[in-house]
Amino acid sequence: MAAVELPQQLAEIRDGFLELEEKDRLLLLLEFADELPELPERFADHPDLLERVVECQSPVYIFVEVDEAGAVHLHATAPRESPTTRGFVSIIGQGVEGLTVEQALAVPDDYPSSLGITRAVSPLRMRGMTAMLARTKRQLRALAAA
Amino acid sequence: MSVELDPSPKFTAYAHPERLVSTEWLQKHLGTPGLVVVESDEDVLLYETGHIPGSVKIDWHTDLNDPVERDFIGSEEFAAMMGSKGISRDSTIVVYGDKSNWWASYALWVFTLFGHEDVRLLDGGRDKWVAEGRDLTRDTSVVKKSADYPVVPRDDAPVRAFKDDVLAHFGNPLIDVRSPEEYSGERTHMPAYPEEGALRGGHIPSAVSVPWARAAAPDATFRPRDELDAIYREEAGLAEGDNVIAYCRIGERSSHTWFVLTHLLGFPGVRNYDGSWTEWGNAIRVPIVLGTEPGAAPMAR
Repeated sequence: MAAVELPQQLAEIRDGFLELEEKDRLLLLLEFADELPELPERFADHPDLLERVVECQSPVYIFVEVDEAGAVHLHATAPRESPTTRGFVSIIGQGVEGLTVEQALAVPDDYPSSLGITRAVSPLRMRGMTAMLARTKRQLRALAAA
Repeated sequence: MSVELDPSPKFTAYAHPERLVSTEWLQKHLGTPGLVVVESDEDVLLYETGHIPGSVKIDWHTDLNDPVERDFIGSEEFAAMMGSKGISRDSTIVVYGDKSNWWASYALWVFTLFGHEDVRLLDGGRDKWVAEGRDLTRDTSVVKKSADYPVVPRDDAPVRAFKDDVLAHFGNPLIDVRSPEEYSGERTHMPAYPEEGALRGGHIPSAVSVPWARAAAPDATFRPRDELDAIYREEAGLAEGDNVIAYCRIGERSSHTWFVLTHLLGFPGVRNYDGSWTEWGNAIRVPIVLGTEPGAAPMAR
């Protein structure tokens, strides 16, 4: 089979959603929102490093980093009043954490739609998460090309 | 059996003071039999992060819109949905939400399509409740009891306008409540919001621009009566007896303006064109004006 296997942590997040009843999946999304870490302090003085995800209704900013060992890290910030957006970016952050650039770039663009929350969240809102993943991958491509 | 009204002096200046309650009033009346508090937000998870104790959630996408057709749910679905939230036909509903009650107004307007009689807004909405440090909870266990809600017809005509109604309306006042950039045609969506697909930019000819948020004070409450009169009567030129249609992009922001014109200023027969720009800006052969001027009204068709 030519298809690249989904990294284990992303598969686990997906399975975690799918094994729940649809109405409980929103609560899992809320857990992810609650788990979104604060931005590392070094970003506090450098808002210019953060990229706004304009496809999202609330102000969410992301910054992708590759460390010396070649591992990917996603840093993000979104307001407390926008828990859906926080949940989305938290899933992607945990999902790509520590992957290699190749692994992260191989994450399917439609990964968000595999979580089984499109109906509970609404397709319109899901677009924001797809856009976050696309922007994360675009930043990675730019880093890889640099 | 209606729950007693909020006698706040600010509200008595409005045309229909019975449509608003204050945060103090709500705090005092939480748990009153016959009262159901409904939270309705833009963010589908905000209720889950903490809500007014005892309140239920109604989401505009997943509860009020038909999942297939671009329309609201029908009578059967509405009855089932309301019943599942513990709402009866004679319940007093108080709706509150984020963003200056923008989505709460939308929910209230949809309840109006089904003729629910006693439905009120919490002045200041979720923002004011939170700013005042009042209680929020994540507990939903207390709100599980369902009720019987009758199947009632949805009567769109009095408060809802369709595209053909707008074409026939030319010569009467239209209010465009979107941002100035959307009105002029510079963009087809709100600043900082996702592109939601309109092929053409601009506004409906003769529509006056009054962005919805001008009716809201910084603390998310409605502006006092005299300030609203200055905006809508003096500035936008609405007069007694006018037959008004308001629109925005999908009918949510214009629900807020619909509430202001109908319940706070007392204009009868105001309609909300919920097809709004996502319909008009994609429709074939409808007139559009670009720029900051309203433009002349075409012949009514």
